[in-house]
Amino acid sequence: MIDRRNFLGRAALVGGALLTPGLALAAAPSDRRFVLIILRGAMDGLSVVMPVGDPAYAALRGNFGPPPNAGAAILLNSDFALHPALAQTGALYARGQAAFVHAIASPYRERSHFDAQNVLETGGTAAYALKDGWLNRLLPLLPAAHQPAVAISPTVPMALRGSAPVTSYAPSRLPDANADLIARVGSLYAGDPQLHALWSQAIDARMMAGDDARGGSNPVALARLAATFLAKPDGARVAVIEIQGWDTHSGQAGRLNTVLKQLDGVIGALHIGLGDDWAKTVVIAATEFGRTAAPNGTGGTDHGTAGAAILAGGALKGGRAITDWPGLAPGQLFEGRDLKPTADLRALFAGLAGEHFGVDPALVMRRAFNGAEVAPMHGLLRA
Amino acid sequence: MVSTDLAVALNRFGLGAGPGATEIADPRAWLIGQFSHFDVRPAAIAAVPGSDVMARQFREYLAQIRPLLRANGFAVPGNNSAAMAPAIPAATPPADAEKAVRTELRKQYQANYGGQARARIVSALVTPAPFPERLVHFWANHFAVSADKLQTIGLAGTMEFEAVRPHIAGKFGDLLMAVTRHPAMLLYLDQAQSIGPGSPVAQAAALRGNRRRPLGLNENLAREILELHTLGAGDYAQADVGELARALTGWSIGGFVRRPVGIEAPDGAFVFQPGWHEPGARTVAGTTYRQSGEDQGRAILQALAVHPATARHLATKLARHFVADVPPPALVDRLAAAHIASGGDLMVLYRMLVAAPESWATPEPKFKTPWDWTISALRALGVRDAPDLKIVGALTELGQPIWRPGSPAGWDDSSASWAAPDALLRRVETAGRLAVVVGDRIDARALAPQILPGVLGAATTQAIARAETPQQGLALLLASPEFMRR
Repeated sequence: MIDRRNFLGRAALVGGALLTPGLALAAAPSDRRFVLIILRGAMDGLSVVMPVGDPAYAALRGNFGPPPNAGAAILLNSDFALHPALAQTGALYARGQAAFVHAIASPYRERSHFDAQNVLETGGTAAYALKDGWLNRLLPLLPAAHQPAVAISPTVPMALRGSAPVTSYAPSRLPDANADLIARVGSLYAGDPQLHALWSQAIDARMMAGDDARGGSNPVALARLAATFLAKPDGARVAVIEIQGWDTHSGQAGRLNTVLKQLDGVIGALHIGLGDDWAKTVVIAATEFGRTAAPNGTGGTDHGTAGAAILAGGALKGGRAITDWPGLAPGQLFEGRDLKPTADLRALFAGLAGEHFGVDPALVMRRAFNGAEVAPMHGLLRA
Repeated sequence: MVSTDLAVALNRFGLGAGPGATEIADPRAWLIGQFSHFDVRPAAIAAVPGSDVMARQFREYLAQIRPLLRANGFAVPGNNSAAMAPAIPAATPPADAEKAVRTELRKQYQANYGGQARARIVSALVTPAPFPERLVHFWANHFAVSADKLQTIGLAGTMEFEAVRPHIAGKFGDLLMAVTRHPAMLLYLDQAQSIGPGSPVAQAAALRGNRRRPLGLNENLAREILELHTLGAGDYAQADVGELARALTGWSIGGFVRRPVGIEAPDGAFVFQPGWHEPGARTVAGTTYRQSGEDQGRAILQALAVHPATARHLATKLARHFVADVPPPALVDRLAAAHIASGGDLMVLYRMLVAAPESWATPEPKFKTPWDWTISALRALGVRDAPDLKIVGALTELGQPIWRPGSPAGWDDSSASWAAPDALLRRVETAGRLAVVVGDRIDARALAPQILPGVLGAATTQAIARAETPQQGLALLLASPEFMRR
């Protein structure tokens, strides 16, 4: 139903740009939930959604996979199998409520965590080129929600930072961890050999320790908290949850298993916590880049390029692995080492958010992604 | 004046600059001039209770806990007639009551500790004499008493206030004497109950056949005096430890001690117990001391204070603190010679340090300790008060809880101990939190050249200028390589 008052209010906020042909804003229901899970540290997409149908996969990864005690991989179709730690997500997939997008990446092509996360969250093409986050720029396009978006973290992550009102919430034990300050200090120390070395070690250790280093906070508990914010009739409609610990340069089998269980627990907690509202929800888990196609010498993988995105939610047209598979044969790899990107995360974000909130995805691309010349993905949701 | 001289005076010799331009024409004269207006007992310190109150609280605790221990069937410390007194029936189960009494004292002492720690912080923030103030922290760490034992939680601070502060600019022997006689040191290193086996009290107990508790010698303080406070490791033998321990028998205090007390003394006051003293001449470091009683220990300490090994030990520590982790050998030689020639006159050593070209040659060779960094950060932000325990807690988080180095060796004074990955990250996070508290009241672009005169680099200037918010600019200044060092 058209809510004229909301329409006018929003139009006044963002100016005349909204009064364009094909505008679907007014038709959008305002009870839609959107959750972005940022997987900080670069998730190894090839271990999570395993391309078992690609003959080059076995040659590259051999016995390098989930630990034997993790259980059997969940077969998604003839080409892909899911890491056994994602059991709840796999069950949602079987019910058509989860999907995977593979060989996807942001436009960033270097291999720095900080820069890549900044690009992922600002929606720009270069690190620090934009000063606010794409999700924040999306907010004014949405039908009026009763409450602002909520970040389940002590500080508002870059993706949600900007002029639109956002609240952040976290259990008080979490220390202030201002990711932007951390990044700037990193570049300030670049010219100081002693501090640069110490800083790199410190950041690596935090990445490895994951959330435990931030006061023992448990992502699953944070997801339950997010669900309570989102489930309220007048509650938030957009939430961001962060999970750290994906930077698996060594001992990847065990560590990835641990963080994947957390991610699976987060998705499961949202599913249960949202109850009937799950049908109006989409969840997207994305990471700053993928990891090298071949394992390194320490049982891990190094910084790469394309990876996988994980989608869940009752609103989703799930049960699919969506990809234009580039192949893992030596000649098919990006720069001879990484999975080649064949999809753009901005296309996924814009398509998903636009369709979900009933906003023209082209408008989302224009406003939230700085007018990127990328066609939004479509057909991601149930009709 | 070299362009970095002001930074060396403010940050390496001092405790860090505050906001506003600093008018210092001659940095060396400015440093030495501070001793004329160093406040031994500033207002913040005068406001907290002293060792006498700590001792009274402890005596009251002993009075409460003794009957409870007895009711629980424990051997009770104290004199023998008291141990035979009938048990006093307790209203609550004795074990619970005992725990409650202990918890109460611990709470009381921790409140004392918190007040003292805040007084130390405030004194460092407001002092007009930051160089002498830094020396207070240096000497308190040289004679470290760790506030971990129940008895010493409330005394580590009072030792700094009562024994260190008044003696930083006099003779080292007087400082050594004041610290050794302070209840904190006598309790921390178990001297207060050390009894000579040949002393009158021990002989009498042996005659009575009293074997309830051994009365004996404790060598802990004697060993640390030789190894940490005076000669240094490798310059003494085990025989010296035993001899000094016997010479110090009888050095005790009023109010704390549960052993048989001969002479009554006011709470927390030094008292010499002649009945506990081991009779006879003692030989320490090759010299024989034939004095009797308290004079014997005093004579040995005064001799140790000016011993050549002590001179070298102190010279090395001072040069490490003010010049470099690996101190220049020539400077150490000069300082050690000056110590011997002056009879341990500390002002002579400080003047030499300030005059030494080595002190001014390399700007910022020292990675700040958490204490240095925190105090300099608060001073840079113009903070002049510590109304709650947040800063005390932050120092624990940063790895250097006040007066709790965990051992009599004190905190290490070289970069390797402090420049560690997680410690650096915590410091940066703290910089972020401090900057948020200050908000946009201070412009980091103006502050940076004021507090880092002559040493502020282009990268830091640019990072501050490009900061997203004024708070972020301040945080970057406090996290900058220039501010991490002194």
